[in-house]
Amino acid sequence: MNSLTHASTSSRFSRTLYGFFLGLIAVTGFAQMPIFKRYYIADIPGLGWLAQFEVTHLIHYGLAAVFLALCTQWGLTYFLEGRKPMGKAALFRGITMAILCVTGGLMVWKNFPEVYFSHALIHVLDLVHMAAAMVLVALSVLSVFGRKA
Amino acid sequence: MTPHHLSRRAFLKGGLKTAAGVALAAGVSPKVPAVAASSPTEPLVTVIDIAKCIGCEECVYACRESDAGKFPDPKKPFPEMIPARVPVEDWSDRTEVTHRLTPYNWLYIQTATAEVDGETVELTIPRRCMHCQNPPCVKLCPWGAAKQEPNGLSRIDSDICLGGSKCNKVCPWDIPQRQTGVGLYLDILPALAGNGVMYKCDRCHDRLERGLEPACIEACPENVQTMGPRSEMVEFAQARAKEINGHLYGLTENGGTNTIYISPVPFEELTLETGKGQPHLNPAKDVMAAGNNLVRAMILAPLAGAAAAFGNYYRKLKKEDRS
Repeated sequence: MNSLTHASTSSRFSRTLYGFFLGLIAVTGFAQMPIFKRYYIADIPGLGWLAQFEVTHLIHYGLAAVFLALCTQWGLTYFLEGRKPMGKAALFRGITMAILCVTGGLMVWKNFPEVYFSHALIHVLDLVHMAAAMVLVALSVLSVFGRKA
Repeated sequence: MTPHHLSRRAFLKGGLKTAAGVALAAGVSPKVPAVAASSPTEPLVTVIDIAKCIGCEECVYACRESDAGKFPDPKKPFPEMIPARVPVEDWSDRTEVTHRLTPYNWLYIQTATAEVDGETVELTIPRRCMHCQNPPCVKLCPWGAAKQEPNGLSRIDSDICLGGSKCNKVCPWDIPQRQTGVGLYLDILPALAGNGVMYKCDRCHDRLERGLEPACIEACPENVQTMGPRSEMVEFAQARAKEINGHLYGLTENGGTNTIYISPVPFEELTLETGKGQPHLNPAKDVMAAGNNLVRAMILAPLAGAAAAFGNYYRKLKKEDRS
């Protein structure tokens, strides 16, 4: 019983931590657009950093490293444990994460000197990355509500 | 400008011309390369020799004439923007302004003064986009409206830009300037998102494509600017600086730019009129460096994830063996 309670508390803690992580990486991603100052969000005490592009850029990069580690861990675990059948939601989430990793990786590469992407490619990467992030956040929120229901 | 300034200026110019002559004789001055090279193997760099500039503004007017077709033509009245704090930036009634950068003035002549041997000297400096080697305006635009070309120029596509002005904020010199009431945002959600289009020097990308020099370089009567492949221009600028005991700006600023200024006076000793649309000449740290250094963590991250996966799997196997 004790170990069950412990496992359940540990799992809840991991989910909460993941939710916080997902929220922060999404917010710092959206902060790459000049919207938080325009809409007074950066005026809220303690949130002024959201209008500082250099700060949000670095935090987003740092969290992206964690995201890559998590994706690798989950992907490898899936294969190591014998590719158990997964539901449609899990599959969709996995694909979304892969899209985020690929588009994010390309955008990071773009930020190095002497890497020249066309307008169209930059445009597509930005939009696909943002759309995938919104889908992942929506799926995570839905899964929380689904679990509570 | 006072006669004293003029004579001092003439002295500086004369000194530099002599030095340039010596440099030429010594073979350190490069041939001016054919900018026309349509597919350069390396970025093109402009060297701006401040001591040669007489402040005639020929470059400014050549730029305005050459780029007139790219200037904004805003529709008025501007759509009401929400919230009210969003600033309306309208230069369409002040298109003749030439004392700073505006959406209608992509190059201006900045005046600087300095004390040399107890005397005040005045210098005039053509100022425009520095065309950074790794331009934050291009790399950090969240909408993909800016791009850098292999010939080293960076430019903003006025058909795509939404005028959020992030490029201005991340630029170490606050170069891009906004015009409200023009551009794509008018067709999306003009009240809620965007605020016009950002404008800056595009180093005459269309003229370069046609094998011509940028208009400002072509128009200059004093040959203040020299453009050529980066390796040649860096060598040229360093040799000139060494010969005349001059100083360079742009070689390392923001990680290196494709514009290099040569000044007879140390840049830190120049007193400039700076402000909005009037950029500084201070040291500028590399805006992109910190983020790009973090990429090491991103490369190592999958290894950490893999270690965690294998560790968990191993623990699970051991647990199953025990039970």
